[in-house]
Amino acid sequence: MRKSWWKVACVVLVAYSIIGGLLMQVPRQHILNETIRNLYFHVPMWFTMILLFTGAFIYAIKYLRTGRLEYDINSVILTKVGIFFSLLGMVTGMEWARFTWGAAWSNDPKQLGTAICMLIYFAYLILRGGLSDEEKRAKISAVYNIFAFALMIPLIWVLPRMVDSLHPGNGGNPGFNAYDLDARMRAVFYPAVLGWFLLGLWISTLIIRIELIRFRKENDFILNSNK
Amino acid sequence: MANSRLTTLIYKDLVLEWRQKHTFYGVLLYVGATVFLVYMMSGQPEAKIWNALFWITQLFIAVNSVAKSFLQEHPNRFRYYYTIVKPVHFLLAKMVYSTALMAAVSAIALALFNIMLGAPLVQLGLFIAVTAVGSISLAVIFTFLSAIAARAQNNAALIAILGFPLATPILMILSKLAVKAIVPVYQPGWWKLMLVLLALDILVIILGIILFPFLWQE
Repeated sequence: MRKSWWKVACVVLVAYSIIGGLLMQVPRQHILNETIRNLYFHVPMWFTMILLFTGAFIYAIKYLRTGRLEYDINSVILTKVGIFFSLLGMVTGMEWARFTWGAAWSNDPKQLGTAICMLIYFAYLILRGGLSDEEKRAKISAVYNIFAFALMIPLIWVLPRMVDSLHPGNGGNPGFNAYDLDARMRAVFYPAVLGWFLLGLWISTLIIRIELIRFRKENDFILNSNK
Repeated sequence: MANSRLTTLIYKDLVLEWRQKHTFYGVLLYVGATVFLVYMMSGQPEAKIWNALFWITQLFIAVNSVAKSFLQEHPNRFRYYYTIVKPVHFLLAKMVYSTALMAAVSAIALALFNIMLGAPLVQLGLFIAVTAVGSISLAVIFTFLSAIAARAQNNAALIAILGFPLATPILMILSKLAVKAIVPVYQPGWWKLMLVLLALDILVIILGIILFPFLWQE
């Protein structure tokens, strides 16, 4: 049970956010109605994705500074789990948009930004897939990861703010700020963000541990010969 | 000293281009054929479509002409360069050279577009300025991606895969900037958008300078 308190916290928070998110009172907003509850499930996916990608970015820098392949494993697994969360965020967002905007895809700048961001990380996976040499793969993909992340973040944050959007929080639509004032929603939303983030971290650490064991097993002979 | 190295490297690229004229002619033919294809498909479209087609053509030109900045030379030659110049100078020289190439080819594309697809431009000077900034933006991004692709087993297809997602937002900004030169409308925040684009270019160059030395180590 070593250091497992945060896993317990994760289960409790996610369970709370699902039960509370579906059962607790929400403000009545025009057009949004009950779909407002999607805030608890859709938005935490994005926060988790951004945090996981940030983690991958930091590990990519660490890899370039030290050249330790363990950091590369950390970086790529965090990216893969981040992509998984971006898919979840896209699906929950599109499902919501189908009911609220009338179509799953309506050329919204935020959707476009996300689609671009997903394409960038798919390209990252393809870049890695094309290289067989471990050191080279780690180095080139770390360089691309840093380059793409550093370019993507300003674009994701800047572009949607320059174009008018249907998305809540833009162009006078009821949005994040309006919910933010509501204490009832905050009581579910913040725990939900924290819980989903911990879940993303938990999934990543599990896969990273498996990959590290595999890596050490494969490189056993090098580690032993150094002793 | 640093300056002379930079100019020598740029000069080297120009001489290389001059000696391998067929690749440059190839790019010219590519531009001509692309514009002709676009003309055959769309005739003389309305101004907004014209703008979109122009920037898509720019993207394809960048993928095909700038991409060769690193792919053109044999990998073994990079080992030689590695011993005599600093990576920063090498990258900057390539970026300057690609920008010049991209600007020249873009000018030709613009002229062909005006001749074949009609001339909806109200402010030609402004459009040329936007095209110049666009050439810089596309050239620096694709030069760096070309460096990545050159290290990744000289795979030219990688450039398109890596570059399209990164170039999409930049093309969106560019086409929005260019609209001002086509339709005389009031566009608030035009300068802000221009500054964002220039800031992005500077960011790409800085990232390139930081990251390129890692790509260069064997």
